[in-house]
This record gives sequence, C-alpha cells and structure tokens, in this order.
Amino acid sequence: MAIFLTKDSKIIVQGMTGSQGRKHTQRMLDAGSQVVGGVTPGKGGQTVDFGGASLPVFGSVAESMAVTGADVSVVFVPPRFAKAAVLEAIDAVIGLIVVITEGIPVHDTAAFCAHASATGLATNPVGTRIVGPNCPGVISPGASNAGIIPADITGPGRIGLVSKSGTLTYQMMFELRDIGFSTCVGIGGDPVIGTTHIDALQAFEDDPDTAAVVMIGEIGGDAEERAADYIKANITKPVIGYIAGFTAPEGKTMGHAGAIVSGSSGTAAAKKDALEAAGVQVGTTPSGTAELTREVMKSLS
Amino acid sequence: MTFHQGQWSAAGQRLDRVERVDLYEYQAKDLFHAHGVPVLPGRVVTTSAQARAAAAELGGTVVVKAQVKTGGRGKAGGVQLADTPEEAQRKATAILGLDIKGHTVHRVLVTPACDIVEEYYLSFILDRTHRTFLAMASVQGGMDIEEVAATTPEALAKVPVDPISGVDAAKATEIVQAAAFPAEVAQAAADTVLKLWDVFVAEDATLVEVNPLVRDPRGSIIALDGKVTLDDNAVFRHPDHAELADSAGQDPLEARAKARNLNYVKLDGQVGIIGNGAGLVMSTLDVLAYAGRAHGGMRPANFLDIGGGANAQVMADGLDIILGDPDVHSVFVNVFGGITACDQVATGIVQALNIVGEAATKPLVVRLDGNSVAEGRRILAHAAHPLVTMVDTMDAAADKAAELAALTCAKGA
Repeated sequence: MAIFLTKDSKIIVQGMTGSQGRKHTQRMLDAGSQVVGGVTPGKGGQTVDFGGASLPVFGSVAESMAVTGADVSVVFVPPRFAKAAVLEAIDAVIGLIVVITEGIPVHDTAAFCAHASATGLATNPVGTRIVGPNCPGVISPGASNAGIIPADITGPGRIGLVSKSGTLTYQMMFELRDIGFSTCVGIGGDPVIGTTHIDALQAFEDDPDTAAVVMIGEIGGDAEERAADYIKANITKPVIGYIAGFTAPEGKTMGHAGAIVSGSSGTAAAKKDALEAAGVQVGTTPSGTAELTREVMKSLS
Repeated sequence: MTFHQGQWSAAGQRLDRVERVDLYEYQAKDLFHAHGVPVLPGRVVTTSAQARAAAAELGGTVVVKAQVKTGGRGKAGGVQLADTPEEAQRKATAILGLDIKGHTVHRVLVTPACDIVEEYYLSFILDRTHRTFLAMASVQGGMDIEEVAATTPEALAKVPVDPISGVDAAKATEIVQAAAFPAEVAQAAADTVLKLWDVFVAEDATLVEVNPLVRDPRGSIIALDGKVTLDDNAVFRHPDHAELADSAGQDPLEARAKARNLNYVKLDGQVGIIGNGAGLVMSTLDVLAYAGRAHGGMRPANFLDIGGGANAQVMADGLDIILGDPDVHSVFVNVFGGITACDQVATGIVQALNIVGEAATKPLVVRLDGNSVAEGRRILAHAAHPLVTMVDTMDAAADKAAELAALTCAKGA
C-alpha cells in the first residue's frame, strides 16, 4: 500500500506529445509506472514510441479512460491551456490529476479546484483529487511514479513525505534513502493548490504501510499553521517537520485586505512555533530533520 | 494583529513564491476607470512644474499624492491639499524625493479634492486558505479599517465568492446588505461592487481594494484610493500588464539577473548562494546562516535559483551575477540534481571561471548530489581550479563556505 498512487495505478499523460510530456513519460515508464497512453486534443489516433513501447494518443480524457481504464492523469499542458485540460479530466471523473504545469494563473486554478469539489460531491463519492499545480508530482517508490520526481533517489520504506518544494523533497528523500518511503507527495508551492498538507497527512494516517510522516513547508500562507492544528486533533502517527525560509526578508502585503484575511504572519518562525506547539519535532536543517526522523523510526521498530 | 507594515520588498514577494505585480494608486485607478468604477480625474507628474500645470488644468483645490507602494503616506506628509497651482507646485516640491518607509517618491498624482460625507471600504481578495475569493465590505472605511477588523469584526462583512459563479447583481446586493450600506447609496454601492468584481476577474487580479470609497455631498459614490495586485502568471493574456511592472529602484544586480531570466534576490550577507529549486535555495540560505554563527556571523548575500533543468549556460550566467557582487566573499553552489544534471552544473562552473579568468578571486564551495553526480564531480576534479572546493554534504559545504568568507572578510578589514 501507499497513498494516492499504487503499482496498479494506470496513468495517462495530458500533453504527452509535447517535449516535457514526452521526456517525463519516458522517465515514468523507466521507473516501472503503468503509463497507458496520452491525451492531446486533435491528435487522437497517433502513437508515440518510447524505447520499444508504443503508447496511444487519445483525443479526450474520457476516451482514454474508456479504452485503457486509466485512473490517474499527469498534466504537462502549458499554462494557457491547463485550465481546460484539468476541467476535462474532472468532467471525465478520473480519480487523480497531478498538475505539473508551472505558471497557471491563480484564477484558473481556483476555478478548477472549485469545479473538482463540486463535481466530486455530485457524481463521485470519493471525488477527483488534484495534486498541484506547479508541483513535482507523486511517487510511491518501487511501485509507481506520476510526475517528475527522480525515481532512483530512494526505494520503498515506511516514511511518508509531503512537501511544497521540489528539490527540497529530493534532498529529504536522499537524506533518508537508507530507510525509504511509502509515498512522497509534492503538493506544490502555488497560492492555491488541490491537495494540501492536511489531506496528505490524513491519507498517511490511514495508510497501514506508513509509520511516520515528514512534512516540509516554507514561508508564505498559513497552510503549515493549519496543518499543525490538524495534527494536534487528528494525527496519531509521529510527524517530523522542516520549514525553509528563516533567512528570507519579510515581504509586505499590499493594502489592508491581506492583513485582515491572513491568520498568520506566514514567517518560518511562526510556522515552526505552530508545529512545535502541536507536538511536532521541527528540524533546523534537512540533515537535522533526517536525524530526528531516523530516531523516530528507530523508536518505532 | 499583524499590520505588515514592513518594507514593500521584492525579495519577500518572490521568496514566498507568489508571482504578483503590485500597482501604484494611479495605475489602479486607471484600471478602475476602464471598468466603470467611479474615480476622480487625475494627472501623474514627475516634476513640481508639471504639478502646477496639472492643478491649473484641473482647477479648484487639488490633492497632491505621493505614488509609492507602501502604506502610511498621509502620516509621512505624502498627501497634501493645495488651493492654488502655485501651492500645488510647492507641495509637489516637498513631496517629490520624500522618503516614505524606504521608498523614494518619484511621481505624484494631482487630483481634485473631494468633500467627504462618509467613508466606506470594499475589496476582493484571493483567499488561499479556502481556495476561493472573498469580498469584504464595511461602512467604516478609511485609514483605520484594520483596527475595525480587529476590534469590531462585525462591522466588516466577509462574503465568500465562488470562483465559478462569481458575483452577479444578487451577490453584489448581498455583499452591500451584509455591510449595511445606507439605503440611499445601496444601489450605487452594489453597482460599484459589480464593476470592481469585473476588474478583479477581467484583469486577473489577486487583490482589488477601494479604501476609502466615499460618498460626496451630492450623494455620489467615488473610489478615492485604490490598490490592485495582479497575477504575474496571467500576463500571457494581458500583454498590456507587462508595462505596469516597475523596474525603477530595482537593485542593478537584480535587474541584470532578471534580464537573464534568473530568479535572484539581493540580500545583506557575505556568502553568495546558487542552488536549484526555490525550496532548496531557501533551505540553503538557512543552513548557511546557521553554519555562519560559528564563523563571525556570516550570512547569505543573495538568493539565486537556477531552476529545474538548468543547463551549463544558466549556471555560468548565475555565477557571473554572483561574482559581480562586491559584497560576496565566498560562493556556495548547492545543487541536488533531479532533472538538472550535475555534469551540466559542473561544466557551467568551469565555463564561468574560464570566462571570468584572472578576475576570479572568490573561493567557491560546491556540493553536488543526485542526477549524474559522479560525472559532475569528475569534471570539477579534472578542472582542478584552485578556487573550487568540493564538499560532499550540504552542512559541511555551508560550514566551509562560511569559513572561507570569514577569512577573506578578515583579510579585507
């Protein structure tokens, strides 16, 4: 088991015929993921060769699902077309959409996240889960890889990882490669994202193969503060935290509205304090965080 | 409560990864006007003589308003009344060049003075916590709106707005009623709410704020001041927004980096930092500052993210910027190769040092891991540049970079 993504997941790639889509489809296949096809409007019926394997291109997500049984979509579609691509995947009621695309206007992201919530409740009891946008994706090492996280950093294990950052995720996977991970979820750093720290924490709590969770946050917003409240009330598994951005100069929010709405200053210190108040150990450096995690894993075994 | 009255800093904005463009008051009002939100006419000028001419053209009493992207203009003397063109010139002379919280005033807005009966507040903002939008409205607008929000929250209506259904006439009326606008202005206020929503959506804004929205003695509703923040990610559908971004006052190194498409922010320390990915670079700054405590308080001199998938040329460009910063005493290159290949990074380092040649005097500490790390390390070992030290871990490399910076700082002192 793992969360969100297992060895049985069947993946389609929206934007597979583009250069990024093609490159990362190859990498996902190399990692052993079941990529079953691509979707590019207007290019249905074509095929793309990947070192021996030939994958079909469909004109729509619904068609690709009907033919292949796909339940995961990875989106590499450029920002200009990303909203339409994600809306299409939601309307096709696919289970998981991983949006890798960077630079999507926040009005577009807000719209497709709202559409996913609405549609999910109406037609699908579990709803469509969106991870991202502007994220490195989801990997369950040894089982499947949906996105651009390098598959050779670490193998399977019993740590769950949820992170806003891409390369910092890789760094943490590398630090703890001797133990390994059940699933690593890069939720993305945009102001509006589908899956949050809280969603991933709850999924790891429910996953019998995850023993402890490493949560990586960074400055901005109040997601880590809300995760801290959630951990205190709902999470029984050990959580180890790391926050990046202690030395970043504080930005100013324009106007009064931002100050009124934000429940937190969004600084690294505020996030660390909130997590520690919830009983989460917070590391000072990535290596220190790995050390804390190693001790926790030792105490569990 | 937090007032966020720190400096309006490009660094803070970009480091929290929110891609945005804050507008000056006059730019915000131009957008308001284009979408039918009632504003007073105004002239933006850069000299006191122009201010005089603008006041003469507008006629009557005018207000001369400093155009800076920070709050507290009034208290700093940046907003002044003038009864005559001569007085407008004198007031503009006083305001132009004024320093308001670290922002030098280069422009003033000359606009007719307005008699105010009541001050209201209206805004739409992205509510990232709830992945939606939020309308806020109050009949107690003005400079103390944050105080109102803190002490009498019931006086500030907060109405969530669904990103799909948006704001129609019924929703606008709901917002106005929630804030209990007086009956005689309710219709005009609702119209303004609709038009402001139009600005918010049509311009891809993440904030539109009118404070104060005033009622004048004739009963008209006017947006007297405005703030707009635009989403930089949406610039592809708003080519006209590109010219609203403001490069005046930008650090010269930041301008150079931007011209090369590098995400660079100047900081006040001694160790130049280059890494890949915003999160890892932020973490690198922290680890360096932490290690620097043992070396006379060495701190990061900059944030520089060469991004995912960076090639040798990007690395060379980045290093060129950092080596050109006189505040930098040592450089810490921290790369975890995910998509980025370490051999490309190593090649970029060697290329950059070749280009800089004899002028390169600053020690480089390089830590590489991940994709193609063995080849990357081999390239650097083969080049055997006397200024380059390879260190295996992030912590040890930070310590070494801080140590070397402290050493050259001491020599220079």
